[in-house]
Amino acid sequence: MKKGEIFGFLGPNGAGKTTTVRMLVGLTTITSGRAKICGYDITRHSKRVKRLIGVVPDISNLYSELTCYQNLLFSAKMYGVKGSIARRNVEEVLAFFGLEKYRDTKFKALSKGLKRRLTIAAALVHNPEIVFLDEPTSGLDVVSRRLLWNKLVELNRKGITIFLTTHNIYEAFNLSHRVAIINKGEIVAMGTPEELGRKFSAREVLEVSFYPRNPEPRELLGSLRGVLDARRNSGRLELVIDNEVEALESLALYAKRKGLRISLLRLREADAEEVFLRIIGERK
Amino acid sequence: MIDELEKAMYIAVKDLREYYMKPGSISWGILFPFVFALAFMFRHGGLTTWLAPGMISLALFFGATSMSGMSIVFERRIGSFERLLLFPISYTGIALGKTLSSFFLGLASAIPILLLAYLVLHVVPAHALLLVLAIVLASFASSSFGVLLSFVIKEPEQVMVVMNLVRFPMMFLSDVIIPVSLMPRYLAWIALTQPLTFMTEAIRYSYTGSCDVVSPLTAFLASFLMSVVFLLLAAYAIRKSRT
Repeated sequence: MKKGEIFGFLGPNGAGKTTTVRMLVGLTTITSGRAKICGYDITRHSKRVKRLIGVVPDISNLYSELTCYQNLLFSAKMYGVKGSIARRNVEEVLAFFGLEKYRDTKFKALSKGLKRRLTIAAALVHNPEIVFLDEPTSGLDVVSRRLLWNKLVELNRKGITIFLTTHNIYEAFNLSHRVAIINKGEIVAMGTPEELGRKFSAREVLEVSFYPRNPEPRELLGSLRGVLDARRNSGRLELVIDNEVEALESLALYAKRKGLRISLLRLREADAEEVFLRIIGERK
Repeated sequence: MIDELEKAMYIAVKDLREYYMKPGSISWGILFPFVFALAFMFRHGGLTTWLAPGMISLALFFGATSMSGMSIVFERRIGSFERLLLFPISYTGIALGKTLSSFFLGLASAIPILLLAYLVLHVVPAHALLLVLAIVLASFASSSFGVLLSFVIKEPEQVMVVMNLVRFPMMFLSDVIIPVSLMPRYLAWIALTQPLTFMTEAIRYSYTGSCDVVSPLTAFLASFLMSVVFLLLAAYAIRKSRT
């Protein structure tokens, strides 16, 4: 990771994103290899590293009976921030996340979106150099998600380096300066969103419609060769392909076998989600 | 060192804010020992000078272990225990913080019994300062024991079941209620393996001026060693709780 960047760590469920973050922040024991944060070995200098980082886990896990203010002050003190500085930091993060009016509300009484905001605030209360966010917007509605995205960009502009773990392709590609894609515990691609897009796009989505009816995407996925994913989209089917010739050949054979007529056939460039599927598909 | 102690205190204060009013802490930590002592007051023979130290020891043992059980198991279940592992504090510091919160509840649980004993028996403790030390050691040892025990419990609803599965046999197999000197030989040996026996003996000596089976020095030393050993084992359990 480079200082000052938003680094997206993208992968499907079970790819190893959370495990990686847990190792980096000291929650999971490292069995082999080494890692450094701000020049410090994470196992040999774990306390020093912990002072430099803020961690937002994938669940909002602050203390339910404490108020917002008490939760933040506890975090600040536990990170070693003392007295008036701790109180000033707490006020600042409350204001930054628009939580001032909830300062005396217990954590358990907050909505899901507010809980998420407060959990992120608790990771920033000691002014860390790097913040690790594990699925920060998971389960949030669109409004809360957009608000958090804006806050993350704002934080980054203030100079905080952000390590963003997500399975949301749009989140990773839209927010990050660079993205690493992980699958089955290995980084399979890394670069800027533009680089990844250029590298893996090029006419890979086949839009198709059949007459008199469209088959189930699952059925197509099982019957066609060269297709990584299939889904229904506004009355037509979209097939993410990794081999154009194989996909077209098997599509024609499938239509003939089922007595269907192809009424629409169009190739287009892949979007972020399709790029992602293509990348992890190549590794299969 | 001071930094670690400070952070351990923050954890303790946070836990007290969070859990001291939980039903488990109140019912098993404060009400049960108090009602138990009260029951002895009204039975034939009443609360004797010999029995009072056992009741004090029982109260703080139940108070201290109930609180740690509640806080740790509940926090591990909802994931907030992991927050503590993200802070720059050692595992021993975390164990100390968790121990201190239940330590204070242990002390609070013992106070009503002390008052009750004074009101009923009108006995002034034989060694008041030693009694304070004995109670502090017993409460600390009980708390760290509770913290350690909490790591074998997975679900919050199992807390009191598992805790009581351990605490009740300990209560009857130590010299809280029955003098070890009156127990059959094999039970007396079992009693001498119980932490509660040594804690009670230390309190009993300070309160009445005499011990039942072990010397005062042994009782105090054992209480101190148990405090340290349970604390270190609890720190180890926290380290092992990482995945």
